[in-house]
Amino acid sequence: MKKSRRSFLQIAGVSALGLGLKPVADLVAAPAEHGEAPAERVLKNEAALKAKQWAMVIDTRMFESAADLEPIIEACHKIHNVPSIDHPRHEIKWIWEEEFKHAFPTQELRFLPERIEHLPFLVLCNHCEDPPCVRACPTKATFKREDGIVLMDFHRCIGCRFCMAACPYGSRSFNFRDPRPFIKETNLKFPTRMKGVVEKCNFCAERLAVGQMPACVEASNGALTFGDLEDPESDVRKLLSENFTIRRKQALGTGPAVYYII
Amino acid sequence: MNNTRTFYDGGKVITGLVIFVVLVTFPFWYNHGKAAPAPEPQLTEKAKAEKACIRPKNEMKSAHMQILNNWRNNVVRNADRIHETADGKRFEMSLSNTCVDCHSNKADFCDRCHNYVAVNPYCWNCHIDNPKETSK
Repeated sequence: MKKSRRSFLQIAGVSALGLGLKPVADLVAAPAEHGEAPAERVLKNEAALKAKQWAMVIDTRMFESAADLEPIIEACHKIHNVPSIDHPRHEIKWIWEEEFKHAFPTQELRFLPERIEHLPFLVLCNHCEDPPCVRACPTKATFKREDGIVLMDFHRCIGCRFCMAACPYGSRSFNFRDPRPFIKETNLKFPTRMKGVVEKCNFCAERLAVGQMPACVEASNGALTFGDLEDPESDVRKLLSENFTIRRKQALGTGPAVYYII
Repeated sequence: MNNTRTFYDGGKVITGLVIFVVLVTFPFWYNHGKAAPAPEPQLTEKAKAEKACIRPKNEMKSAHMQILNNWRNNVVRNADRIHETADGKRFEMSLSNTCVDCHSNKADFCDRCHNYVAVNPYCWNCHIDNPKETSK
């Protein structure tokens, strides 16, 4: 039998098509096989505390001097392995004290009550509702969680410090040097940081995940209250409805979630 | 006319070639059969008693880096901190608190292979490498 060139090409074309179909058919069949494998899964701890926007109310009436704040700062810095570096340009702080005029520079009062004028105020990351640091971060190392916490992924931080420039509260510190030698007592349960990353308060995300309140709240003897801002029944909302509170640099529109009862 | 060409200094050239080949191949035959054997990670008593890790041994060997990467993303980004294995065991997804709790011998368990394959993971710049050894 003599074949024409045309019929040869037709048969060759159909065969090529058939060969090409095999991998496609395999791909379609493959997902079914994956479904059979016993599934691993990831989940949250049942005890984890949940909220739509975590917030803190600080009752400054319960503080008199820096000595009252010290155990709170100590509790935070100890469990988070925050180094104590004396050099003011290298220091790392998650929660610290500030005078009224520095904490609330837009609260213009010519004559401050004496109590307020010399009272140290606890300041920390405000976990803003619209955080400028998150917008500034070029690698998305800083991001806002579903529960409102502005968290850092230290793995992803490239140390550009845009977030530090963007934060109006000075809540962020940069590790200019290896922090490990400056940690007095290392908490083995929590990582340290390394040279070249920015760090800040994380609202104790690791404690909320196992159902505990933040360390500073626990150490404050009731002066600090923590809860869900979006829940009208929460402790923070109750305090906010009963007391006059101020927030730091509210006019900037960042929506700070740390409130101060004066 | 003589049409065979003369090979001038043949002896020297060939000797030189032999020396050259010997020198160039020296590392191959000198090290022949002496390849460093792939190290076997050492298990601690606690890890031995546990018998199984979160996945079969071979998978852990080849894929622990991807697993750790997924753990990190789940914990940091999604706040999911529990890993449930295929047979229903639950583990906290934490390098320092879970992995290193059993495998507390970083030098014999992690470093041996990492040195052998010349990788230098920076986990330990931040994560506490060895609670038990450091507390000694």
